[in-house]
Amino acid sequence: MILFWVLAVALVVTAMFTVTQRSPVYSVVGLIANFVVLAILYLTLNAEFIFVIQIIVYTGAILVLFVFVINLLSSGTGPFAEGPNLMPRALVPALLVVLAGFAFLTYGILHGSLGVLPAHAATSTPGQAGEAGVFGSIADFGIALFTTHLLPFEVTALILMVAVIGVVVLASDASPVPTRGHHVRPRSTAKREPIVKAER
Amino acid sequence: MIPMAVDVSNYVVLSAVLFFIGVGGVILRRNPLIMLMSIELIFNAANLALIAFSRAWMNNAGQIFAFLVITVAAAEAAIGLAIVVVAFRRSTTVDVDEVSGLRG
Repeated sequence: MILFWVLAVALVVTAMFTVTQRSPVYSVVGLIANFVVLAILYLTLNAEFIFVIQIIVYTGAILVLFVFVINLLSSGTGPFAEGPNLMPRALVPALLVVLAGFAFLTYGILHGSLGVLPAHAATSTPGQAGEAGVFGSIADFGIALFTTHLLPFEVTALILMVAVIGVVVLASDASPVPTRGHHVRPRSTAKREPIVKAER
Repeated sequence: MIPMAVDVSNYVVLSAVLFFIGVGGVILRRNPLIMLMSIELIFNAANLALIAFSRAWMNNAGQIFAFLVITVAAAEAAIGLAIVVVAFRRSTTVDVDEVSGLRG
């Protein structure tokens, strides 16, 4: 019980930290903390395999991708948004939309029928974390993944292949599209780091 | 039996909080990298709700679905970051307000 509230506060604080930082590098650090806290929350919900996957795939792969792109864009620690700042004008309406949506959803959650659980859920026991053959164990997850849900699992291979091909097509210089002047703003006079530093 | 220490609605409300922090990030920020990170927060909010319901109903289909969501999130992050890199190459800025090449 105490663990949940500690984790909940840490989750919200790290998420706010991620969203409010000016520099994307600090945001990535906040996001790492957020994902680790979330992984521990998954463990409290008996989702052992998702706990492992959260650490390996999210903090291990996706965030490293973010760090690499930040490094590639050499945006370092500085904010790189130029032009007029629309934040003061947009802040109040956006916060109103967000808070209204949150209030609506929370009202639905607290007054809905979340409590109507099937009979077996109230009587079956999930067992301890690390125990084999109980709900949420890695063996239990694996059996479900490779029997009942085999087709969706196979389809993820297709999704990942499409992603790989898409990234290669997007990132390759094979077909440079001519940039038209009126679509692209001229390079500002402010000093920018070059995309790739010419160091010999 | 080991009951859930915390009621499932607490987890779902926490998931809603995380979701709307992510929505606020997407709406308010102009840096596409931080927008993508906010989208990751939204994915994770959905995952938290799925896993909380999975635990409450003692049905691991929710965990399977969360696993698939993580896969899709990985693909989305890869494609999104590639688009950011391409946009940066073409227009020297990654401010999303400046990336208006598709505007009619």
